[in-house]
Amino acid sequence: MTGSARAAAPGEVTRAGPLPSGGDAAYDVVVVGAGVVGTAIARALARHPLRIALVEAANDVGDGTSKANTAILHTGFDAVPGTLEARLVREGHRLLTAYARETGVPVEPLGALLVARDEQQRDALPGLAGKAGRNGHHGTRIIGAGELASREPHLGPGALAALDVPGESIVCPWTTVLAYATQAVRSGVDLHLNCRVEEVRPGDPHHRLTTRRGTLRTRLLVNACGLYADAFDALVGREDFTVTPRRGQLLVFDKFARALVRHVLLPVPGPLGKGVLVSPTVYGNVMLGPTAEDLDDKTATGTTAEGIAGLLEQGGRVLPALLDEEVTAVYAGLRAATGQEDYRIAAHPALRYVTVGGIRSTGLSASLAIAEHVLGLLTDCGLDPGPERPLAPVRVPNLGEAFPRPYRDAELIARNPDFGAVVCHCERVTRGEIRAALASTIPPGGLDGLRRRTRARGGRCQGNFCGAEVRALFEEAGPPTRKDGGDGR
Amino acid sequence: MNRTEGGERTVDRTVDVLVVGAGPAGLAAAARLAAAGAGRVEVLEREPAAGGAPRHCARPGFGADARGRPLDGPGYARRAVREALRAGAVVRTGASATGWAGPLALDVTSPAGLERIGARAVVLATGARERPRSARLLPGTRPAGVLTTGELQRTVELFGGRKGHAGRELVGREYVGRRAVVVGGDPVARSAVRTLRSAGVAVTAVVTGLPFVPTGFGPVPLLTGTVVTELLGRGRPTGVAVRGRDGRTSVLRCDTVVLTGDWVPDHELARARGLPLAPGTRGPVTDGALRTAAPGVFAAGDLLHGGEPAPVAAAEGRAVADAVLDHLGGLPRTTGTVPVTTVGPLRWVAPGLLGPGAAPLLVRAESRLVRPVLTVAQDGAPLRRERLPATLVPWRSVRLGPGWTRGVDPAGGPVTVGAEA
Repeated sequence: MTGSARAAAPGEVTRAGPLPSGGDAAYDVVVVGAGVVGTAIARALARHPLRIALVEAANDVGDGTSKANTAILHTGFDAVPGTLEARLVREGHRLLTAYARETGVPVEPLGALLVARDEQQRDALPGLAGKAGRNGHHGTRIIGAGELASREPHLGPGALAALDVPGESIVCPWTTVLAYATQAVRSGVDLHLNCRVEEVRPGDPHHRLTTRRGTLRTRLLVNACGLYADAFDALVGREDFTVTPRRGQLLVFDKFARALVRHVLLPVPGPLGKGVLVSPTVYGNVMLGPTAEDLDDKTATGTTAEGIAGLLEQGGRVLPALLDEEVTAVYAGLRAATGQEDYRIAAHPALRYVTVGGIRSTGLSASLAIAEHVLGLLTDCGLDPGPERPLAPVRVPNLGEAFPRPYRDAELIARNPDFGAVVCHCERVTRGEIRAALASTIPPGGLDGLRRRTRARGGRCQGNFCGAEVRALFEEAGPPTRKDGGDGR
Repeated sequence: MNRTEGGERTVDRTVDVLVVGAGPAGLAAAARLAAAGAGRVEVLEREPAAGGAPRHCARPGFGADARGRPLDGPGYARRAVREALRAGAVVRTGASATGWAGPLALDVTSPAGLERIGARAVVLATGARERPRSARLLPGTRPAGVLTTGELQRTVELFGGRKGHAGRELVGREYVGRRAVVVGGDPVARSAVRTLRSAGVAVTAVVTGLPFVPTGFGPVPLLTGTVVTELLGRGRPTGVAVRGRDGRTSVLRCDTVVLTGDWVPDHELARARGLPLAPGTRGPVTDGALRTAAPGVFAAGDLLHGGEPAPVAAAEGRAVADAVLDHLGGLPRTTGTVPVTTVGPLRWVAPGLLGPGAAPLLVRAESRLVRPVLTVAQDGAPLRRERLPATLVPWRSVRLGPGWTRGVDPAGGPVTVGAEA
């Protein structure tokens, strides 16, 4: 952090206890949902002298769809041209690339290869290149089997050609959300966790929100509830769309697999389904997935034997040597599908309310552009944002393998020997990093939150060696805030 | 600090032997080497204390001390550390070897800073771990409280009776729950059951895919021929779905799941050095003298084959010391070059190469074989075929004396070890 003057007094982070009440406690804007979209919106609002609250049902930021995605920063080359999504992903890619550099979020611009494995897929490549052009991405190029083999020597047999898409990047989804949320809080936004909104009574000048932890009043309201955007809309009497969770199961392979792949390997979409991608992660692993299963249950984040077997079969065709390595993590995320090939972002000026729904798998890529767009919609709803002021600076811990990490930093260790004490051996996470996360602006609410801030317990042994010590450090730090109260489930 | 012209760091200092891992194998190797006058012998241990896995294994069965009193794991570990130190080895804890800086040099991180340590010989004794839930590809939800025996034992040891903050995610001693299902039929499952029961945790059942296991588990029901098909529960496990030998599925209620056995060598440094892995064990290939493919780099202990009783690992540690001494003494390197693999119902054989001298083999069966006929063949031609007066079981290795590979042509092709029921 720099020594420059704070733009505003920092906001509060609460996890339990009563919410601020009384006449002066009304907010100008309440953003409901602290995923990548909600935190980005809160951060954008924090540039203005407004009273803002970010309200989240879970006990941490980025605890829903934002934590379980493919961690790719898309260029938007394959979006439906002319849609809002296409524009926001394109802008968001540019904005997040710059923001990541500024805040320490790891990004690796590996580029993607759409690998054609049959004649039909090969014939589809020129059309995809044309679509990319209509989306403003003019750098794509079709490459033949020879160049493909030299650029990806471990590909399985049958790869005929590929569309080379420069700019497609891998990113850390966890510290992206953390950077947005931390910057928002440091710039004056109140973050209320464990705070599910159960009822909304629209009113003038203030809406009344009944939450598990009391009542909030706000002039304007933003729905960034992700999978639950339809349910929240219903609370204010809107029924514009239904969110159908689309489950994506993913396998993360051991770091030994990282040397097998150099680009994001995307399948060519075709009539037989979208297929799965094989992609490096910024943590130095290789990811395989996702499946695409339309479900009814918005909590069905479990994995299935069929899903795993299907992924292994498809992954083995793309990159046979992948299957020789151990699997480090198996998980599933739910994308917010709404039956429309675009976002469902709508302003309701009469209600002083903006719905940010249907942010499908591209929410991470588009997040910063979505936030700017929503700021405009809020103005349409009567918000006078006032003058702009600088945001408080933020620098998140680097979780990326391609960038320097504390265990290799002699000067840091000399200043604080805790940064030389490796606790999580698989991921090389030091006691210093764990303690820093536990004492940070938004401390983790649990061990999974700690993992998303440090990588601790996220490696090949999954806590066999370090689990007990990491839990001891968590205990030693005491409750994440004095107002902590349970895990919010 | 020395720097080359290009700015690349050279080694900060050099020792005679660098041993990575202060478990039974590494400590035994260090003790022998230091006693034999190998010079400066330094053992790097990434954990806060030396001793390795036995440190967490508070049960008897680790032999006896000099006065004949039975040793438990921690006692065994203490003795191993003491012997290494007495012999003159340096044991450094909290020091992580993070990568190779040269053919015989390692980068080390510790609270004291970064170090690049060169050596005349490196012994890898990095051990093994049990596969966690993800590597077993167990489907279902992702609750907390699904752990390996290793994590269970460390938790019980570290937290003792300590309780975490009330009303929070269970992170401390109570992380081990109240009712557990133990998965696996290896002897380590017994160890897990013992730890759970001593911590006041009821064990619902031991579940194993094996048709039978070495022993009972006291009052704990044992379900053989049964596999876990799904983990259930959010936040905390509520149970595991299992499929029994009759094909029927049912749910075992529990709030904790302990995954035991199913070992995988901790071979990160070995692979980072580019050492080939043996297909059966996934440990680095060595010859009979425990030399790896890289001159001056040796390997011993569970790294070679996954979990074995501590005395087996310690014996390999002592054996590797002899090869290291030869290397330090400048004896010409005559590596064994004949690969040995298994066929039929044998899971693995270690080490991966035969020679240069006659050396014993460690063999693990895939299934139970009562007095099987063991076969040894080279290039497809039978060398030996003999009934073993013992029963092979999947949870215990059998040591084949050097005689079994007598007659192998050191210039010949691959040798296979097989078994017939």
